[in-house]
Amino acid sequence: MREEEKFKEYKNRVDHALGNNFLRTAMDNFAVAYRTSRENAFSGMDVDSIIREVAAIKSNAIKNLAPLFEQFKSNAQKNGVHVHLAETADDANQIIAGIAEKNGSKTIAKSKSMTAEEIYLNHCLENKGLEVTETDLGEWIVQLRHEGPSHMVMPAIHLSRYQVADLFSDVTGETQDSEIEKLVKVARRELREKYIEADMGITGANYAVADTGTLGIITNEGNARLVTTLPKVSVSLVGLDKLLPSISDALSINRILPRNATGQGITSYVTWITGPSECKTAKTGKREMHIVFLDNGRTRIAKDSTFAQVLQCIRCGACANVCPVYRMVGGHQMGHIYIGAIGLITTYFFHGKEHARHLVQNCTNCGACKAVCAGGIELPNLIKEIHAKIQDEDGHPLKSLLLARVLKSRKLFHTLLRTASVAQKPVTGGTPYLRHLPMILSKEHNFRVLPKIAKTPFRDTFNAFYKPVKKPRFKIALFSGCLQDFVYPEQLESAMTVFTKVKTNVEFPMEQSCCGLPALMMGEKDAAVSVALQNIKAFKKSEADYIVTLCASCASHLKNSVPGLAEGYAKIDAFNFAQKVMPFSQFLSSVAGMDDFIPSPDRKKIAFHSPCHLCRGLGIRNEPHQIIEASGHQYIKTSEEETCCGFGGSFSANFPSVSKEILKRKLRDVKQSNADLLVTECPGCVMQLRGGALKQEKEISVKHLSELL
Amino acid sequence: METNKEMPAQFMEKAALVSAMIHETTGMNEVFEKIIDICLKKPPREDLIRAKSTDTSKRIICAPNLDEKDFKTFEKLSLDNGIKLIDRDLRNHAGGIDVGFTIVDYGIAETGTLVLNSNSEDTRLATMLCEIHVALLPKSRLRQSALAMSEELSALTKNPSSYTAFITGASRTADIERVLALGVHGPLELHIMLVED
Repeated sequence: MREEEKFKEYKNRVDHALGNNFLRTAMDNFAVAYRTSRENAFSGMDVDSIIREVAAIKSNAIKNLAPLFEQFKSNAQKNGVHVHLAETADDANQIIAGIAEKNGSKTIAKSKSMTAEEIYLNHCLENKGLEVTETDLGEWIVQLRHEGPSHMVMPAIHLSRYQVADLFSDVTGETQDSEIEKLVKVARRELREKYIEADMGITGANYAVADTGTLGIITNEGNARLVTTLPKVSVSLVGLDKLLPSISDALSINRILPRNATGQGITSYVTWITGPSECKTAKTGKREMHIVFLDNGRTRIAKDSTFAQVLQCIRCGACANVCPVYRMVGGHQMGHIYIGAIGLITTYFFHGKEHARHLVQNCTNCGACKAVCAGGIELPNLIKEIHAKIQDEDGHPLKSLLLARVLKSRKLFHTLLRTASVAQKPVTGGTPYLRHLPMILSKEHNFRVLPKIAKTPFRDTFNAFYKPVKKPRFKIALFSGCLQDFVYPEQLESAMTVFTKVKTNVEFPMEQSCCGLPALMMGEKDAAVSVALQNIKAFKKSEADYIVTLCASCASHLKNSVPGLAEGYAKIDAFNFAQKVMPFSQFLSSVAGMDDFIPSPDRKKIAFHSPCHLCRGLGIRNEPHQIIEASGHQYIKTSEEETCCGFGGSFSANFPSVSKEILKRKLRDVKQSNADLLVTECPGCVMQLRGGALKQEKEISVKHLSELL
Repeated sequence: METNKEMPAQFMEKAALVSAMIHETTGMNEVFEKIIDICLKKPPREDLIRAKSTDTSKRIICAPNLDEKDFKTFEKLSLDNGIKLIDRDLRNHAGGIDVGFTIVDYGIAETGTLVLNSNSEDTRLATMLCEIHVALLPKSRLRQSALAMSEELSALTKNPSSYTAFITGASRTADIERVLALGVHGPLELHIMLVED
């Protein structure tokens, strides 16, 4: 019971954020602006190859954390730096408090450090009676408001100039104008004295270069430079994951970090500090310099074959910038300390599963984060892994256990779907059986009209109406996916006509089941493995050249995830199976060709919703456009074409209010394009978009690509 | 490491993108005159430490890394214009300095970045406490990218007390509503004097 309530509390917080108009506008403007500024920042550069390079640099460094630490330590100590290694957050806090105490420090000026946020450093130091002042403008603002940052790079992005003006009026005791330029000057005035008065400076670091014992710190405001210059004692708190062999590694990463974070070619300041530098007020003429390396689980993560890549994160925050959920609810609802997709994962490791349990479910699995991740991290998969891990440790909730149980037996699963069809209960797809149980459906789900289960599933009619062509050019096996088989058989029936037109013979292995993605989305990895193996077996005897599916989510899951899931059981079969999988549009465009299409005389303007698992999951972007044009219609580009529709399988069941808002934004974009029709290539997206358009009384008709031909 | 012909143009373009003002100059005397001009035209300095106002001089320029001869020349020119020129103990001017002048070590064309050996406290403070930072960059010190000069950077950062600064444009923030504002903690403006050498 307690668990359920807590989830409700989290949902309430999320719903509350959805009602914050300033936040919503700020986040939406940011999401739109970021796309362009990132694109401009990388213009003329091969982003993918830079990402691969950065991922390789980080991955090698992570494998060598211990020797890199020893090398750094020995070089830094030679230079006169005090190097500490803190095993836990508490150890780090105690070490830093100890340094302050030993030096008789009373006041501390601090520049921005996510690692310090990770260990609640300010809290600890303030409890010891020390006065800590954050000097980064955004951090100072959130510090004064007694809250945490809502973005790793822009901590106060959730606040308006008016809120800041009110806050600054309180702090200065004078009424402050809300003009941003003037507010920035307030910080300039108020904080200058803090640097001068500070007994000790605390910074984080972006890079720790082992071969020279150098720290690299990037800032735009220049506050880290004052923090490391004016006070006579300086402490830098550095995660072990920041260690790199040489400065060229750091420079390689620095090419992408600011570009990916804020669309800047470089930040205003990049500071390289090797040892205690000149400080005229210190007795020795040099600052007393401490570097506290923080482990806090990093060594353990580095040794974990699945999660080691988490440490490839360079803290650019891009995974939040492109996240459709972050765009709706902001950072405080999208992380504990670390924000965005990476935060969903690291919260489990750094702050414990009690803070991660609900967060990991707030993901549509759209893959936008992975597509921009500077460290090349498989973020969506790792989020699912954490979800499964927490359930394995704590026990699985009843609804996901039932789903897993049902999916493990195809017959039971399909029988239940047929039963539901007789009762005519609505189904929500993705996790097809369970979510149409009345006890799980609540009012909140009514933001879209839900379809009914078809009277006769596709599998029951296939043999009756399928007529093979005499001289087939291709032979394919059709993977229907549950949603089309049981809810939208007409999409498959249209496709069958198309297959005949392009002289392709189709086989439909009856033993095929759910692709397994819904199980994975609910943290049921065992069930996902079980259905993966069922499907591999079902298609093994087939002599088809390709396994074609009209569901982008199924396609992406079968191609990208099944080999990994089945690795320990049927490695080669799984590989062969995945090799053959191909989405509908790719089959038509790249294999069968579109010469046999008769262009429709009724030329319509058609917008395309690119399913996440099609564009990012499989890299299919232009093929559907070509098919739309070949069918005699006009393809219309919309700015949110590749933005998630908010379905995300069980995501829309767990967070219907967020799903609804993501959908609303999507439909607004389509409406603005003046398209006559919205086409997509995934039955889940059809359900979300069509149901949502109906409910919102927007005159947008939605079709699957197959129904266009 | 050679300087190709496109580098100055690329450097100027990139530096201008981050609101740096570029002046192509013929030599030190012209640079000094321009700095005096910048200093005289700027609004009066705002003393940021109100409690204990430090130096009441009307206008102050600091130039911590000039050699003695150049400093003398510049000091005379400054005095003639009613400006005080200083080169040390800048910490006592934490409330603010009108113009900070530094000769920088390298320029990076790819990003319009200045590289400055800031091992000395006064060099660091000159580029932070001033309202306008003026940097002198000889064209021969231009490099294509930070990566392309990683050996030179490695040499700079190897020194046991080294403090090396990359400076690109003025101090900036977009922390309030993502609106760009210049001059948070450091300079409000950055001027770059490019000289042939």
